[in-house]
Amino acid sequence: MTENNSEQHAIDTSTIQKIARLARMEIQPEREQALCGELSTIISWIEQLGECDTANVEPLASVTGHSLPMRDDVVTAGNEPEAVLSNAPEEASHFFVVPKVIE
Amino acid sequence: MTDIATSPLVEGRTGQWEVVIGLEVHAQVSSQAKLFSGSSATFGAGPNEHVSLVDAAMPGMLPVINRFCVEQAVKTGLGLNAEINLFSVFDRKNYFYADLPQGYQISQFKDPIVGEGSLRIVMADGSTRDIGIERLHLEQDAGKSMHDQHPTKSYIDLNRTGVALMEIVSRPDMRSAAEAAAYVRKLRSILRYLGTCDGNMEEGSLRADVNVSVRRPGGPLGTRTETKNLNSLRFIQAAIDYEVARQIEIIEDGGAIDQETRLFDTATGTTRTMRSKEDAHDYRYFPDPDLLPMIVTQDEVDALASALPELPDDIRDRLMGEYGLSTYDASVITEERDTARYYEAASDGRDRKLVANWMTVELFGALNKSGKSLENCPISPEKLGELVGLISDGTISGRIAKDVFADMFETGKGAAAIVDEKGLKQVSDGGAIEALIDQVLAANQDKVEAYRGGKDKLFGFFVGQVMKQSGGQANPGMVNQILRSKLDGA
Amino acid sequence: MSDILSMTAVAARQALDNKTISAVELTEAYIKAADDTADNNAYVLRTSDKAMEMAKASDKRLAKGEAGLLEGIPIGIKDMFCTQGVETTASSAILKGFVPPYESTVTENLWQDGAVMLGKINCDEFAMGSANETSAFGAVTNPWTASEGPLQGKALTPGGSSGGSAAAMAARSTLLAPGTDTGGSIRQPAAFCGLVGMKPTYGRCSRRGIVAFASSLDQAGPITRDVADCALMMTSMASYDSGDSTSIDAPLPDLMDAFATAKNAGIKGMRIGIPDEYTVDGMPDQIASLWETGRKWLEDAGAVCVPVSLPHTQYALPAYYIIAPAEASSNLARYDGVRYGLRVDGASLDDMYAKTRGAGFGDEVKRRILIGTYVLSAGYYDAYYIKAQKIRRLIQNDFTNVFADVDALLTPSTPSSAFALGDESKDPLSMFLNDVFTVPANLAGIPAISVPAGLSSDGLPLGLQLIAPSLREDTLIKGAAILESAAGFDHVASGAAS
Repeated sequence: MTENNSEQHAIDTSTIQKIARLARMEIQPEREQALCGELSTIISWIEQLGECDTANVEPLASVTGHSLPMRDDVVTAGNEPEAVLSNAPEEASHFFVVPKVIE
Repeated sequence: MTDIATSPLVEGRTGQWEVVIGLEVHAQVSSQAKLFSGSSATFGAGPNEHVSLVDAAMPGMLPVINRFCVEQAVKTGLGLNAEINLFSVFDRKNYFYADLPQGYQISQFKDPIVGEGSLRIVMADGSTRDIGIERLHLEQDAGKSMHDQHPTKSYIDLNRTGVALMEIVSRPDMRSAAEAAAYVRKLRSILRYLGTCDGNMEEGSLRADVNVSVRRPGGPLGTRTETKNLNSLRFIQAAIDYEVARQIEIIEDGGAIDQETRLFDTATGTTRTMRSKEDAHDYRYFPDPDLLPMIVTQDEVDALASALPELPDDIRDRLMGEYGLSTYDASVITEERDTARYYEAASDGRDRKLVANWMTVELFGALNKSGKSLENCPISPEKLGELVGLISDGTISGRIAKDVFADMFETGKGAAAIVDEKGLKQVSDGGAIEALIDQVLAANQDKVEAYRGGKDKLFGFFVGQVMKQSGGQANPGMVNQILRSKLDGA
Repeated sequence: MSDILSMTAVAARQALDNKTISAVELTEAYIKAADDTADNNAYVLRTSDKAMEMAKASDKRLAKGEAGLLEGIPIGIKDMFCTQGVETTASSAILKGFVPPYESTVTENLWQDGAVMLGKINCDEFAMGSANETSAFGAVTNPWTASEGPLQGKALTPGGSSGGSAAAMAARSTLLAPGTDTGGSIRQPAAFCGLVGMKPTYGRCSRRGIVAFASSLDQAGPITRDVADCALMMTSMASYDSGDSTSIDAPLPDLMDAFATAKNAGIKGMRIGIPDEYTVDGMPDQIASLWETGRKWLEDAGAVCVPVSLPHTQYALPAYYIIAPAEASSNLARYDGVRYGLRVDGASLDDMYAKTRGAGFGDEVKRRILIGTYVLSAGYYDAYYIKAQKIRRLIQNDFTNVFADVDALLTPSTPSSAFALGDESKDPLSMFLNDVFTVPANLAGIPAISVPAGLSSDGLPLGLQLIAPSLREDTLIKGAAILESAAGFDHVASGAAS
């Protein structure tokens, strides 16, 4: 990008491991090397944006140009634990159940 | 407000340390429904009953903001003398946790709804300190994980998921656990006056994350730790005291403090590293594309401002200025709106200072002792006023008043009724008192001689005897006066 | 049967009103067509019993004169739309078995208008792909085949991500098809399969109940056989929804009226911009010449065509490939094995997450989650994400500037016709390039339509795209009506049911 030398952005296996960990997504070790190549190609292609002068340009997050609509403070949902839990892989007495968390 | 508190320092083995404390308080907005969904925000439901499909992060289900919650945040901002940001943005804070169904918390990171403000605390010695507020933003609460239901499983209840919280972030302006507690008490007081949060710490409506570091007085800031989710004033103070001692010991032993998140163990009063947060610090904040920028107009802010109730500081200043109460009494009385109202009603037309004294000492003492609150207090404000009135007009003495008060607290009866019923009316009839004095002097001729011989201290003995004879009902002023003329003037 | 299947939705509605056919007959014909063309793998779930029940109910309403806009019209639903009581997977293994206890607003609108549900339709996994090859259910085959040249005899892609929907439309195993379009997922498959596909203004169709890919870009829209059906279906799909904060509360122009007006009176005086920057390197001659032909068609109908410049066009695609994966990485965090879908057990909560998500997401989805996580992560956010949002502003400004002078833009829909299955899936970048003409409209949130305009030299459909300012779907329908009439595209895929 403008601030960086594009050569720095080749993605190595440790970066893949770090972002896969952030994304809580297991990557098969044999895929890691290939992913380095694929992601590096994509990222360096993306870096052509560095050519474009964006000084004094406000980032655009939403296109509608409207402000956030608001609703009234009225209870209109809930009281349907069966529906909420109907797809749960594991449940017990209306709780979702997960492997034990150690805080 | 001139007595600005000085920093209390902590003595270590190697010298003095200054404690630096900042608080992030999470206050639950007192709304019916959640921040971004229509499910109930109230307590006490069975597991996953107050959960909508939005809260459970069902695919494609989208957030829509609750206007009431936005208004409460603005009101709170106004109550904290803070800047209201007419333009604010909701961001996603991305991390994985079992009770965070979306995989992100909707919060406000870069553009919060409320900016800088401040709050004044009063310490027990009457000294004051202004604590800076950095910001207030709206965000979603997480659900609840229960780890003790099963040996290898955690149980997840999403009832709290998505409940509206105001996160109120202070500047690192506090210098002791007592100041931190005073800050939370004051903040709670303002929230309750405004009605934007019920302030119930036991139910978790108000929780604090405490950032603590220590440094040499005037030196550069030390590394801080964050102790999460403290839900009582006692725990806040205990966690700070523990952290201060722990950090000083580590540094004095040549170690360094890790910047980390810690948990407070309520059983042992100690803190420990929170394992599950270890590597969760890259939150990848970005504006939530399911939501649009939030615009509040100046007209809306002005309308909320004009409807704001009188706040504790305003009332406190009035009590001090108009009624001459001390800073501390005025602060204690105005901490809760109900207390202030009680005081105003009780002291109406009475000796204002005397009523304040009776409230802060006798009434609060009795309430504390009996575990009652002002809400179910057996003595109405009018009856307390009546009692103070009886003291002021000399009908009963202060000592008798204490007995009458105890009776009132017990039975709920009026002060005058009790005084009549029990014949406790102060004797102010000069003839009757004189007769009593004559009896006492006659029965203690030797002491009269001794007194007149120079043993001045015996005067108290005679007063005591007369009061005893009168069953406590003799007007003490008159007893003093007549006794003195009899003994000295003869 | 072939007569029934050859009817457009507008024609079928008339036939139903006239009692020439019944909804049950129409639905039976489509159920049989879906059976007959099952090899193309367009459907991932058939709901034939439900369809028959709904058709019977439609016949009752027709008899009572209470017919809705889409009464009795059989529709296959892209698997991105949540359908109450009917498994919805976004063609991902991670949502296997997920039965939503709710209905998406768009499909609810269709049912409210009397449409009949045929089943759920294949797509790229979480709509991430341009060839329908990333689906956990396997690829979909385009009913069109090359008549000559190197592609002859090869199975072709229907495009993506709404590949199954376009294939089912071309195979005539559904009469209408709602799609979703994040970077071209309606228009590119429509172009590859000889269909009309419209991405309306962002916010026109509620996103509530649509499995999210990239929230600021996702927009549902119709894939239809012709422009009149597009106007009809768009009218049903669009609605203001207080359950979607980004929904627009503005009335949809009368699209059926716009269609009729253009057919009757032409588009005299309409100003059409021809953007210089859409002439890209390596664009096949036949696409360039079709584009030129399209310009003439519009001029013949009274339009004035002028060259315009959208100077930041070249940056749209890389900006899109930052913004879309960034949003996706966050939107897909909810697939964690706790509340629905796949769970792969693990020793700890984190282990369960990693195993579930590792097993449940396919390679393309994983790649995009990784890119999205990377561009949002500490130290890269400003350089990538903020930079892309600034580019997005420049692209929107480009459009605002040209729309001060012109009513719509004419461009090719795609840089090529349908390619062979398997050709591009190995190279993510070349797959991205399919979206080069479609992505800018998503970034700007403006409406665009692809209209079949001719066949390539090897007999495959090619589309032209019109792009209009925000809320002006009526302009698109008018221009599309002209292109459609002039092109006279009446070819039918060789793989269509009959």
